[in-house]
Amino acid sequence: MNGPHDMGGFTRFGPVNPEKDEPVFHADWERKVLALCLAMDASGLWNADVIRHTRESMPAMKYWASSYYDIRVEGHISQMLKHGLITEAELAAGRALVPPAPMKSVLTAANAPAVLARGSPYNRATSRPARFTIGDRVQSLKSGPEGHTRLPRYARGKRGEIAAIHGAFVFPDSSAHGRGDDPQWLYTVRFTASELWGHGNGDANMIDLWEPYLEPA
Amino acid sequence: MPHDGHIHGNDHDDHSELSPIALRVRALESLLIEKGYVDPAALDVLIDTYETKIGPRNGARVVAKAWTDPAYAEWLKKDATAAIASLGFAGRQGEHMVALFNTSDTHNMVVCTLCSCYPWPVLGLPPVWYKSMPYRSRAAIDPRGVLKEFATELPTATKIQVWDSTAEIRYIVIPMRPEGTKGLNEEQLAARVTRNSMIGTEVLS
Repeated sequence: MNGPHDMGGFTRFGPVNPEKDEPVFHADWERKVLALCLAMDASGLWNADVIRHTRESMPAMKYWASSYYDIRVEGHISQMLKHGLITEAELAAGRALVPPAPMKSVLTAANAPAVLARGSPYNRATSRPARFTIGDRVQSLKSGPEGHTRLPRYARGKRGEIAAIHGAFVFPDSSAHGRGDDPQWLYTVRFTASELWGHGNGDANMIDLWEPYLEPA
Repeated sequence: MPHDGHIHGNDHDDHSELSPIALRVRALESLLIEKGYVDPAALDVLIDTYETKIGPRNGARVVAKAWTDPAYAEWLKKDATAAIASLGFAGRQGEHMVALFNTSDTHNMVVCTLCSCYPWPVLGLPPVWYKSMPYRSRAAIDPRGVLKEFATELPTATKIQVWDSTAEIRYIVIPMRPEGTKGLNEEQLAARVTRNSMIGTEVLS
């Protein structure tokens, strides 16, 4: 899909405004969004790819006018509604109106540090050999799939070179749509700025891309 | 971006002054606690972790060690995840780390054009500008223009590599060690390392 999240290459969003001595949060509700989203991830009802796909499915004008934590909480709310954990009426009321759904696991204060420290590794075993090796010339697909993908629009139909092989990783295009981990080889592909943008004086863009996005060039 | 003070700056305890999003999040929090889906004590631990414990001082320690210990720098180049974990920094959003060493020939700069992927265990939560549309959109196409907005100018001979965190690999830039720091110990060196230099939007002087 060509969603509003795929930002690379726009030039009219204005200047970057770094804030001096920026606080970690700018309002208390941002703290709560971070914590609520992390805590609800422990439910195991969705994964990072599902959540990303949910966020990028937001209508474009709304996405571009929303802040990071706004987009983040709406993504999680969508999933909680979808899984029947909460209802729209409950969210409007701020209290429970129907009994809670059973939860496989609830994050506690005691296990939170260990859960964060463990993270969720995304590398997976595969018996298939890698199709490409470092230095191989490759061409990326001209179009993305209908659903979730991590092949950015600015890097489609472009020629680059394999710069690194990372091993097999969960394939987001499958994982976001309930099709399992579907491990695929992951590479860093080096594209010259002139290939991507028509200018760049030797600068380059390094992009992590899965094998199904690539063909030999 | 609706991320400046006058939009989010009114979050006082007085209910009537809360913004619509603050009210929505408050309703969500009450609801999730009442339904038993979240433990309020766990929320406090999560907030405290990212507000006071995990931040760019972690990454600065990695950089300072890389500057002073050639064997560590080699390890960082070969297996950044393990080398960084040896200092106690690991986990969520840092499961697969790669360290990018700046040289006088090549400057590395990191962006996530598709969302806001960022190496939490070493840098903490990303700053607003990193997550903002201006940075996500222009870092890839106009890195030198973006660097100017950080008052960072590179020699024209220095080539830029812009790394787009499209997968679950997380990148930390190892900036070049500034001149005149020969006598400093690891701790003093770490104090010179800024967060932005580890994203690649700043060079250290």
